[in-house]
Amino acid sequence: MVEAAVFQQLSWNPLTDLHELFAYPFMVNALEAGTIVAVMAGVTGWFMVLRRQTFAGHTLSVIAFPGAAAASLAGLPLAVGYFGFCGLGAVALAGIAGSRRSLSAESAAIGSLQALALALGFLFVSLYHGVLNGLDSLLFGTFLGITERQVGVLLAVAAAAVTLVGIAARPLFFASVDPDVARAGGVPVSLLGLGFLLVLGLSVAETSQITGALLVFALLVTPAATAHQLTSRPALGIALSVLLALVVTWLGLALAYFSIYPVGFFVTSLSFGLYVLVRVGRGFASRAAAPLALEGA
Amino acid sequence: MTAVPVPRKPEAGTPTATAVALDQAAIRLGGRTIWSDVSVTVAEGDFVAVLGPNGAGKSTMIKAILGLLPLAAGTLSVFGDSAGEAKGRIGYLPQRHGFDSATRIRGVDLVQLGLDGARWGLPVPGSPARRRDADRVAEVVDLVGASGYARQPIGQLSGGEQQRLLIAQALVRRPKLLLLDEPLDSLDLPNQAAVAALVRHICEEEGVAVLLVAHDINPILSYLDRVIYLAGGGAIEGSPEEVITSETLSLLYGAPIEVLRASDGRLVVVGQPEAPFVHGDRHG
Repeated sequence: MVEAAVFQQLSWNPLTDLHELFAYPFMVNALEAGTIVAVMAGVTGWFMVLRRQTFAGHTLSVIAFPGAAAASLAGLPLAVGYFGFCGLGAVALAGIAGSRRSLSAESAAIGSLQALALALGFLFVSLYHGVLNGLDSLLFGTFLGITERQVGVLLAVAAAAVTLVGIAARPLFFASVDPDVARAGGVPVSLLGLGFLLVLGLSVAETSQITGALLVFALLVTPAATAHQLTSRPALGIALSVLLALVVTWLGLALAYFSIYPVGFFVTSLSFGLYVLVRVGRGFASRAAAPLALEGA
Repeated sequence: MTAVPVPRKPEAGTPTATAVALDQAAIRLGGRTIWSDVSVTVAEGDFVAVLGPNGAGKSTMIKAILGLLPLAAGTLSVFGDSAGEAKGRIGYLPQRHGFDSATRIRGVDLVQLGLDGARWGLPVPGSPARRRDADRVAEVVDLVGASGYARQPIGQLSGGEQQRLLIAQALVRRPKLLLLDEPLDSLDLPNQAAVAALVRHICEEEGVAVLLVAHDINPILSYLDRVIYLAGGGAIEGSPEEVITSETLSLLYGAPIEVLRASDGRLVVVGQPEAPFVHGDRHG
């Protein structure tokens, strides 16, 4: 009777269960916040994966952690720490990418920055002896304790991020796949690189307050990576990335509500499962001598 | 360090306008003079090869024409304007090592970027402008003969196929000047000749002047109008028969050079001293 123990609240009647999901304000807020985060992460994540900046994105989400810890230590609002550290992190990462000695030197520099960020985070947490109730909530978020005001702020930040990416979509795409030609064609490649990291930092800073520093990364990278596997059409890819992020977020929230396990576990496992499924499926498809089946004509 | 003047062949018919003109131009990079006192002109619709040993400054010349590098001396004009102002009339294909197999970008999307990649904001799907763009992309993809594979991810195509799509990308905005930096580098000999034939076809069809940087003149020799040969800190320009001779190249290098012609018409340059910075070509 493992299922009964894990999903204690499930009545196993879909209608009743669905109705119950929307019965509590905290759950409605969580679903709204999750939806907003999923759309933003789907869009920015698609570009992050395209630009092969997954490691940089991960580092930004790790940097959010010492940011929050430092803010608690200094008695400032957590948001100040998140935005301050993620903004600084984005500038530092753009500097590393801009110097571009070589790809290996770049990833080594980013890795060092990430290690420092983690060490600082733990230092601040141990310096702060008060009621910092948890490393847990800094890392994994407080998805089920979201207020309506937070949803409003989240919506504003997400709208700004998605709008900025939309305005820069084509030059950013150009600069990502073909920087030399883009530069010759008058695209401000370096400026776009910095701008994109700042938008990524903004998204990470805002979402990690709710989903935690680790979960935001799962939403940024996995649905986008799956979408890139499924299609090489840009518009379709972004739409798929958003759709996948939405599906795993909604399912993850619903499963977490009825079970004893946290939201983060379900969202990450579901998206990872999808990714593996698609990769394996593509492997079979290409072996079945139909390599272009998903590309369309 | 002076350019050797080779008189242009007097051409019959209408006088052609000048696409690129360098007059006593010099480039310095990091305190080192790459070349100086270079005076060359490229006429509209000409197919010109830029030749020379590693480190002679072939890519540097392309970047100067693009307006990406300032001259240390002399003047450079592109269609009568200064280098930076002519950007919109230039199609550029940089030196590169191809897309790796993980690049999941379709060829048509890459060509499309040549058209609208610098535009801000999102396109309106189905708008007349969008349809015009799509038509132009299809037209130019057809011109380079890439229609059969343009919708596949570019990373999965062969070097020659990638190069054709990249030439299409450089051509899509109807430039009057095409700068191709070593487009034949990673191709086998039949493909080198095929791409050279394609470039010749484009010159004639679209009236585009082409500067093509190459290592080996032989696969492209029969398609060329003129040659710019960079060596010994200077440059020389003329028809292939004028430039690739023992006398002219010896004068340019300032050392005895012998040009041999094989029975099949292939040219072999013997005694060519290597430039002091063999690995500097990537930057120069």
